[in-house]
Formats: sequence, structure tokens, C-alpha cells
Amino acid sequence: MRIPKDARHLFRLAGLFAVGTLSFLVIRSFIVPRSFGQYGHYRGASIAEIAAHPVHFAGHQTCETCHADVAQTKSSGKHAQVNCEACHGPQAKHADDPSIDPGKPDTAVLCVRCHAASAARPKGFPQVDADAHSNGLPCQTCHQPHNPAIAAGGSK
Amino acid sequence: MNITRRRLLVLLPAAAVAWESILAGTPEASPNYAMTEHWWSMLIDIPKCIGCGNCVRACQAENDVPDGFFRTWVERYHVDDWNLANPHVISPDGGKEGFSSTQDDSGKYFFVPKLCNHCADSPCTQVCPVGATFITPDGVVLVDQKYCLGCAYCVQACPYGCRYIHPTKKVADKCTLCYHRITKGLTTACCEACPTGARQLADLKNPNDPIHAFLKTHSVQVLKPQMATGAKVFYNALDGSVR
Amino acid sequence: MPGVEGFMYPNEVSLYWSVLIVLYPFITGLVAGAFILASLERVFRVEAVKPTYRLALLTALAFLIVAPLPLQLHLGHPERSFEMYLTPHRSSAMAMFGFVYLWYLMAVLVVEIWLDYRADIVRLSQSTTGWKRLLYRIMTLGSDNISQGALRIDERVGWLVTLIGIPSAFLLHGYVGFIFGSIKANPWWSSPLMPVVFIFSAMVSGIAAVMLLYMAATRLRRQPIDMRCVDTIAMYMFYIFIVDFSLEMLDLIHRIYEADESFRSLDFMVHTRLRFSQIVLQLIVGTLTPILLLALTQVTKLSAIVRKRIYVISASLALIGIFAMRWNVVIGGQLFSKSFLGYTTYKMALATREGLLVSIALTILPLLILAVLVKLLPPWTEQTHASIPAAAAAQAH
Repeated sequence: MRIPKDARHLFRLAGLFAVGTLSFLVIRSFIVPRSFGQYGHYRGASIAEIAAHPVHFAGHQTCETCHADVAQTKSSGKHAQVNCEACHGPQAKHADDPSIDPGKPDTAVLCVRCHAASAARPKGFPQVDADAHSNGLPCQTCHQPHNPAIAAGGSK
Repeated sequence: MNITRRRLLVLLPAAAVAWESILAGTPEASPNYAMTEHWWSMLIDIPKCIGCGNCVRACQAENDVPDGFFRTWVERYHVDDWNLANPHVISPDGGKEGFSSTQDDSGKYFFVPKLCNHCADSPCTQVCPVGATFITPDGVVLVDQKYCLGCAYCVQACPYGCRYIHPTKKVADKCTLCYHRITKGLTTACCEACPTGARQLADLKNPNDPIHAFLKTHSVQVLKPQMATGAKVFYNALDGSVR
Repeated sequence: MPGVEGFMYPNEVSLYWSVLIVLYPFITGLVAGAFILASLERVFRVEAVKPTYRLALLTALAFLIVAPLPLQLHLGHPERSFEMYLTPHRSSAMAMFGFVYLWYLMAVLVVEIWLDYRADIVRLSQSTTGWKRLLYRIMTLGSDNISQGALRIDERVGWLVTLIGIPSAFLLHGYVGFIFGSIKANPWWSSPLMPVVFIFSAMVSGIAAVMLLYMAATRLRRQPIDMRCVDTIAMYMFYIFIVDFSLEMLDLIHRIYEADESFRSLDFMVHTRLRFSQIVLQLIVGTLTPILLLALTQVTKLSAIVRKRIYVISASLALIGIFAMRWNVVIGGQLFSKSFLGYTTYKMALATREGLLVSIALTILPLLILAVLVKLLPPWTEQTHASIPAAAAAQAH
């Protein structure tokens, strides 16, 4: 096809655009992440990257493999459904290397978080006015945290 | 503006190296886990929540959540008699250290734990301009923090306030439903740490999951159903005042 | 918590979109508005506004070059912004920005300016020396054909580009409105009227800006202001302003009458946190006052000097009002909690990447770019002709 002489400059401009678009498409094909679109409009590899984050809470199943005795004590009491790390905090490091000290929770802070009396808590949930209840004595004087009922033999 | 030409010359090769790791990605981390066999959700049993803040602390410890931002938090509602439209809500530091005691006997009080609803039709993933946030084949809404621009459009699009821009990473951040745990057979950190079982991770595709029995006998609701987001965090006994 | 009243979801306390995101729709609006003004002459044959045609195009280009900067500066990772071209997410209004922007910049504005200026560029490439000559030679794309036939083709193609440019300008700014209007989570934004209101306010701001620039430039050049031209521009500005105002009122009345779940919360916000920027600046100072002033020029016979003053005042007020409107949309949309139970506060930083100083710089930058463009491609036809050496002029014929 012969381009009319007076329109040649327009074809130069169009050519410039074509070259620009083409080079964009070529560059794009090289730098789009390889796993993009594997499952949807995102980088498929990122799922595995997120799944590989380190775990901090070991999970009660892991705790119980070594601390079967505590699990036994706990299983018959009111705290049977309370997982170890709910009170002891994240223990994955301790589970990986038992020589790492798991630390001991401070019952003065811990117990009242759940059991301080408040009109906002569910009515059936055991709650006390801590100061009046124990006259300032630590909770574990009477209650064994792993099986808190006093009949279960709190103070040892 | 604050990138000089000299800094650019230093930055460019570094950026090329960084991009190479994004291009290639990393291999599968949990080879025994099949994404197509799960559809994750959570059940929140409001009458069981005692507002201790264990879930908030556990989440921060497990996921290195920056101070002042929350992947999960607990709100305390106080509704006076019939006045559902004007609840008094507080969430001091996300309820991380629990709530101060009250002896006020008027109206009713209850706690509402919040987290990402891992919506099936999520408005946040819809608006992401580059595909840096998405719902996985097993139903978890995640952020690809190596790809996110930090434009914050998803933060604006979330009706529940579950997203934030990480103050140092400068990318969108949110609850991952502890994806690194649930793909290894563990429950989420918040569920692990909840002392009363008020939070239960649930797999809707697993016919033996206890959630199915629970749903048969309880009235459950999702937050802001009018938003039609396909929210998958189900609340038992949710009060009409909650928003 | 400081600055918080009532209850906010904890992650809502800090704002995620700053003053830069206010600036962005403001600047894009000026682009779209200036282009619409240029198209008045080109497509709708409004001969009276011809003196501003080229200036309007250059203004649009100068502001369009700056438009993506506030977005870039606001991103957490500006170095990743090219991903928008790599893997644009089709369901995201923001992802389309890259493409609409490129389309508008390259396929519409640059082409139209090039076609319109080609004859001048060819002449300048022959009459200038040194780096300027080189620059103009590159801009000719190696073709110095400015024969009658070539120019006739340019004229026809240019008309077609402008014709495509009008919907493109609507698209460019309408989609900015859609970015906000499509967020169902945010009742302050979520409205199908949002893109339309954005387009009409954009036209008002763009027309006002070009009118002010034309009057200022003419004064600087010690030339008389073409009163027929500014009278016509002011008339168009007045009518478009009325449409814009009606649409905004429609939105407002609709919200008040429907009074949905968010209404009490938003109403409270407008009367407290946004009282100054919404009621005083946007409504009274920036909309009602300029509309009344412009109405005065339409219904009474005023002397040229008074009309000129009224035009300058009302155009300036309109710009303030429309900036306030962008502010109220962007910042206002983040001040209330999506729980509708509380409010937070926006504190503008001064010298940070998203601070006041950067915003001021970004507002001045397009004017500097415009000054350079005007030097390179003089929009004043009478001067260009005067400065052409006789030889080049002879060759042109």
C-alpha cells in the first residue's frame, strides 16, 4: 500500500506508538512473576511464602506429649478446656528446645483477667471481687490453676 | 522528590535482585496440605466471651502485629434497654489487656471479638489494583506483602475496619487466619489462646467439623450482612446493636 | 485516644489517604476541565474562545504530567507502581488509572498538541539554533512537510482526536469519581452520582483555571484581554457551575430524605468536623458566591473592567470551592467510623512525604511546567507569526 505523501508524518507517529506498545509487551512478558495467575489474579507462590511463617504457639497437643501428667490433672477440672498456652503464652521455642525456660505466669495478673467480677461478663461465669475474696493472698494459695476447685486440693 | 539520581543508581540493582525473588517465588511449604479440601471460617460464640483479651495478645505474639494496629480485637458493647441504635462501645487498646470491671447494672453488656471475616466476595480483594490481595482456594483472604503497593485502597474498601497499612513495612496487613498454622494442622493462635472456646476455627468443607452440628441448633449471623460480602465469621447470639 | 470522639474501630483511628489524595482528583479535574474548554472551540466551533485554545491544551498537559506524582508519593512502595501495568486487576477502578492516564496523555493530548503545533515546530526547527533546534527537530519526527495538503490532513485528524478526547476526558475524571463512588463500605462516598459530580466540578475548575491563566498571561504580555473570549468562557462556566451545583444538591437532598443508617453520623460530621471546609468554604464561599457573581454578569450590563474583576474573583473562589469539595470527599470520608459511632481527626503533617510543603510544591510544579511549555510552544499566534524569519515564512508557502 502506498502512503499518501502528505500523511507520512502521521504514520511515523503511529509507528512510534507501535514500537512503544510492542516493547512494553515484550518487557512485560519477561518481568511478570512466574507463578502469577497459578490460582487466580495473584502470585501463587505467595501462598506458600505466607504458609512458611514461623509458628509461636506450639499448640496443646505438642505440650501434652511431654506434660501428660499436667494434662491428666487438668482433664478432670474446670480448666479442662483451657489450653496450656492460654495462660503460659507462646511456647513453640520451649517445645523445640526444652532447655529454654518457659517462664512462669504471674497469677496476680493472670487470674483476674478472666475472673475479676464485672457486670459485663456472662452471668454464669465464675467471677470474684479479688480484693475482698482473698484479702490479698495469691490465688494459688487455695486454687491449683490446673484444677482450680478447692476440693481438688489447692495448696500443696 | 526524595530519591536522588545517585540513590537511584544504588537502588536499581538492589531492586532487580529483590524482583528476582518475587519472580521466582518459593516452593510449597506444607506438602501434605491440599488447598482444595478446605474452606475455612470461624465461629464466635458471643455468650462465651469473657473479654479477657487473650486472643488479642496471642495474635500479636504469633503474628508480630505492630502496636496500635489490630488483626483481631475485642469490643465491649453496652446497650441500654431497647436503644439498639445507640450502643456505647469501647475497645481500649483493642481490648488487649482486657476491660476494667464495671458494676453498672443498667441495660446489658457483652463482648464482641472481631477479626477479618475472610469474605467469599470480598470488597477488599476486588479493589486491589495489582492482585496483591486475594482469597486462596481454601477461603482465606491474604496479602502478598512482596507485591503490595501500599495504596490503601483495600483498607478503604473493608466495611469492618480489619485492614491497616503496616507502619514500617508500608504494605497492607491483616488477619491471615494464621494460615501458617492451619495449613500445618494447628488451630489459629487466637483460638488456641481463648480460654472459654468462644472462638472456634471451622472448616466448612469438612463434614465432621463440629460447626455443622452447632449451626443446626443455633441462630447465627455475620457482621453487616447488608454489605453482601459473603463473610465467613459466624457469630452466635449476635445482638442487633452490633455493627 | 487523642482526636477520637465516640468509638472508632481501632484500625480506623489514623487516616490512610492524606492531603495528596485530595490533590490528585483536584489536578486531574483541572486537566479534564481545561481539555473540555479546548474542545469547545475545536469540536463545538465556539469561535469566541479561540484565544485560549492552545493555552488550554498546554495547561491540560502541564497538569497531566504532574497528576500521577501525588499518587506515587503517597504509595507505601512507589517503586512497585509499575505492577499496575504488569498485572492490572480488571475489577479494580484504580488499576485502570494507568491505562486511562497513558491513553489520555499519549493518544489524546500529546497527539492533539503535536498536530496543532506541527507547522510551528517545523518553522522553529529551521529558525532556531543549538539545543533548541535539536529539540524541535526531534519533535518534527523528521518530517518537515507542512504543505497545504499535509496541514489539511492534520486539521481533520486533530478534529477527530478532540472528538475522541471529550469522552476520554470524561473517562479520565469520571473514573476518579468512580474510585470513590464504588466503595460500598463507605456511605459518604458510595453514590452513583459521584463520577458525574466529579466531571462537572472538574469542568468548572478547569475552565476557571484556564480563564485565570489567560487573563494573567495576557496581562504579563501587556496585551489587551479579549473580552468576547472571557465573556463566553464565563458564560459556559456559569451554566456548568449551575449543573454541578444542582447535582450536588440532588445528592444532598437525597441523602437527607432517605436518612439511611449512616445519615445521623454523617450529618453530625458535616456540622462539626467539616463545618468550615464543607459549609463555609465549599458551599458558601466556593459555590454560592461565584454562582451569584457570575449570574450578575449574565443578567446586568456591567462595564468591562467590572466584569473582568468579577471573573477573576469568581474563578478564584470556584477553584477554592472545588479544592474544598475534593478535601471534603477524601478526608471527610475517613473522619467517621464505619461503625457510625465515632469520629477521628486528620492532622496534616508539614514536612513529611505526605505533608503540606509537598502539596504546595505539587500545586506550583504544573505552573512551572506550563511556563516551560509556553516558552517552547508559544500559544500566542500573533507573536509566533511575527517572530518567523522571512525565509522560513516564504518556504512555508
